[in-house]
Amino acid sequence: MSMSRPAPSAMLTGDAVYRVVWVPGTDRLRGWCWCGTSYEAEGPVELWQWLLAHPDNHVDGSAGRGSNLPLRPASRLPHRPRDLRGDEPSHERQP
Amino acid sequence: MSPFPRNQWYVAAYAHEVGRELFTRTVCGESVLLWRTEAGEVAAMADRCIHRRFPLSETPSRLVGDSVVCGYHGFTYGANGVCTAVPGQARVPRTARLNTYPVKEQDSFVWVWIGERDKADETLIPRSPWLDSPRYTTVCGMEPLAARYGLLVDNLLDLSHETYLHGGYIGTPEVAETPITTEVDEAAGVVHVSRHMDDAECPPFYAKSTGITGRITRWQDIEYHAPCLYLLHSRIAPVGAPGPNADGSDLHAFHVEVVYAITPETEHSTHDFWAVARDFALEDQEVSDFLRENNRTVVLQDVAALDKLEQVIASESAGAQELSINIDTGGLAARRLLKRLTEAGSEARGTNERQSLAVS
Repeated sequence: MSMSRPAPSAMLTGDAVYRVVWVPGTDRLRGWCWCGTSYEAEGPVELWQWLLAHPDNHVDGSAGRGSNLPLRPASRLPHRPRDLRGDEPSHERQP
Repeated sequence: MSPFPRNQWYVAAYAHEVGRELFTRTVCGESVLLWRTEAGEVAAMADRCIHRRFPLSETPSRLVGDSVVCGYHGFTYGANGVCTAVPGQARVPRTARLNTYPVKEQDSFVWVWIGERDKADETLIPRSPWLDSPRYTTVCGMEPLAARYGLLVDNLLDLSHETYLHGGYIGTPEVAETPITTEVDEAAGVVHVSRHMDDAECPPFYAKSTGITGRITRWQDIEYHAPCLYLLHSRIAPVGAPGPNADGSDLHAFHVEVVYAITPETEHSTHDFWAVARDFALEDQEVSDFLRENNRTVVLQDVAALDKLEQVIASESAGAQELSINIDTGGLAARRLLKRLTEAGSEARGTNERQSLAVS
């Protein structure tokens, strides 16, 4: 298990985001629970089973596998290029 | 249990499809009548006259001012669904009212809320602002799919199929070969799948629209907002070009926002809304025509495959064996989200029905 999160940097910015990366150079997957704990597995079925069960032993006692969380508007992706914000720079492309 | 997530927003139409003609579309098994008032507001109501169930979208039903007149016996309804006139008598029954739907016109789509009216929250509607932004040019369409909506979700969450099903259009070997990163925000109901190709062949879809002749860096960042909206942020740049800046500007790349609205029609059919918005060649009609035809061709390749897959799955017993591998990480997450939303919607419906029985 590991508490650090890998590159590429996180994309979704919610409070409870599960994250799964393909371990470089292998056919294995590593998943991170939103608490920071990780687990490596051979395939997505095993990995999701572990991730969704993991919050059962969170130290803050927060129940849940996410399914009891209230629905809220999605956070916006921070990395998205050309997000339509008022402060967006000019779209003029450089050669 | 409902086969669809209820208490959710769904795209019922493009805004340009709804005007001063009566228009109908079935969403999650419910026939919805759509039209615009003289002030330009979209009205959404049941497409069945409360008298004898005649479809109000069917001629000779018609729109007169801001009223819908049933073409069978003349029952007349306002934009709020209330019946204002019936034939042959002055008294309009108190219960003569069409069910109306919360509706929101946003980002070139008409969204309707399927479920309990008091739970409709417009802030939950996911955004796709590129589609009606003057800084982008958009082509779009809608193809009917004779397959359950979950098959289209599966399809779009795993783009490795581009290599095989869409070779010669958008697929190249690198799509299937490049590992993905997946993130899931359970509370928001969002799945993100990221595939960044550092050095890839440029498929015709992008070569002909951008003019890039060499190899490219190609980023595919999927945002699936369950149940209805799918966004593919596609970034294309020549290999070696600088990446995005910290402030979000990205002057050396071409950006295409591919948007799908996945709206269940029935348990076994789906409205496949697709749109392609680009931030380059904004005025170039040839590029628009090319992207429209090319993307429609790609969508129809999916439609043909998924229609066939629906026939196969419908003919098999429930629980037929599947095998999931790494590329399915996002698709499995989406399935789980949809299952959760479907169960939540059904529980709410069951509770309401029990309460209705208790007070009746």
